[in-house]
Amino acid sequence: MKVVALPTSLDFKTYEQVFEEVAATPDGNVLFDGRHLRFVDPNGMVNLLAAGSLARSRKGEPARLEFPEQSEVAGYMARMGFFRAAENVFEVVGHPPRRSEGPSDVLLEITPITENSDVHEVVDRVQKRAGAILTRRLNYPPTAVVQFSVILSEVCQNILEHAEAPGWVAAQSYNWTQRLGRQVVVISVADMGRGFQGSLSDEHSARFGDRWGDATALEAAFIHGLTRFPDSGRGQGIQQIRKQVRRWGGLISIRSGTARIADVPEWEDVPPLTEGLAAFPGSQINIIIPEHSTSDE
Amino acid sequence: MMSELGIDPVSIDVGGVLQRSVATLYSHLVTRPTGRAVRLAIETQLAEVSGPALSLIDLSEVTVLDFSCADEVVAKLLLRFLGEDRPGDAYFVLRGLRNQHRDPITAVLERHSLLAVVQLEGAGFELIGARTEMEESTWEILEEAGHVSADCMVEMFPGEAERLALAQLVARRVVIQHADPDGYYALSSLARDLPTPPSDAKE
Repeated sequence: MKVVALPTSLDFKTYEQVFEEVAATPDGNVLFDGRHLRFVDPNGMVNLLAAGSLARSRKGEPARLEFPEQSEVAGYMARMGFFRAAENVFEVVGHPPRRSEGPSDVLLEITPITENSDVHEVVDRVQKRAGAILTRRLNYPPTAVVQFSVILSEVCQNILEHAEAPGWVAAQSYNWTQRLGRQVVVISVADMGRGFQGSLSDEHSARFGDRWGDATALEAAFIHGLTRFPDSGRGQGIQQIRKQVRRWGGLISIRSGTARIADVPEWEDVPPLTEGLAAFPGSQINIIIPEHSTSDE
Repeated sequence: MMSELGIDPVSIDVGGVLQRSVATLYSHLVTRPTGRAVRLAIETQLAEVSGPALSLIDLSEVTVLDFSCADEVVAKLLLRFLGEDRPGDAYFVLRGLRNQHRDPITAVLERHSLLAVVQLEGAGFELIGARTEMEESTWEILEEAGHVSADCMVEMFPGEAERLALAQLVARRVVIQHADPDGYYALSSLARDLPTPPSDAKE
């Protein structure tokens, strides 16, 4: 059995290590060792579910997961709905903490997206909860709540319309005082579907010839708005999300197959296009929206 | 003025259509299947009108409108009634728009090279979508006048380019050209005759 030690901080910057190790284990016989986890954000949790799902599909039974020794971290994961979402993905070693029934400070718990009604539920929940977080903590005007809901709606629909497989979405706010000097909201979406190359191949691969691959497919969708649908109204979801995230000075990245593409703000240093990543099914979308500053206007 | 022109008013409360046609629990206009269901319900309502109609599409009860739904409900509805094979002679004014609706609607109109007359909540009428400067200025002249008879055409629109732009606005169905009484009518001048829904208790 391969033991995959989760990094102490599992987020956008580090989940790739987990993907690499799981992708390199063809029999899926993996133990995810989360005992030393000290920090995990929506990207960490949602992509851990994706990694566990890959291991499970290869092995034919749930992968084992040892949950964090720090009770605060395990408790936070419970509040984010991780253990509930992980029920069919992992065999959790020990007894994970229960989610408290009281009021939650979570912006959007890990929510499975399998059908249209799930998107409506996500929007309903966010409309109820995002107001206080976006306006009081992140200094956005009240109208930003609707724009935020629209972003979530469009990224969730990306799962339903293009992946043709289930996925998850989650969002939470964090204080990035040390890293950025501001609060942020992190949105993470992942699915185990056919990825951008798989979705676009039938319609568009011929025109790209030998250049066709994960990076080209991501560029086609992310930059040029191509979709597999002939309808000219399609393909604008990602374009409009990019536009809004740019207005807010945020980061958006999409990883699919072996590549990742990103719109990178000045406060971040990830490359706009990364190729040669470990082959991984589906797509992973990461959006980070920083606290509103008057200099953004 | 509407009855004089033989045009039937049709008020469509999109929030109500959403709850009746999709699910009473949904309160937001999001996702393509939802948008498709709402558009089909609107088309069914319009099919009951036999002659020309001015449809007031009221979005005042809709809080969240995403791009997919804007494409399905607004763009595809306008496209359906734009071509020669349109199912009826309907014109559209989008009413009760709030600022948060503006981006998705503008984006889908521009994507399909469409134009629409809209009324922002508590404000006047505007033309949004893909348009030339000449179309914009010509629309504004007609909008201010409300109606320009054929006799006054040259006086109001002295340039050939303006008259071409007016013909374009008619073809794009944001202006009505009528034979008897003759002339050109701003959709807003007809929409003003109709009652405005109450604007209280909205975000």
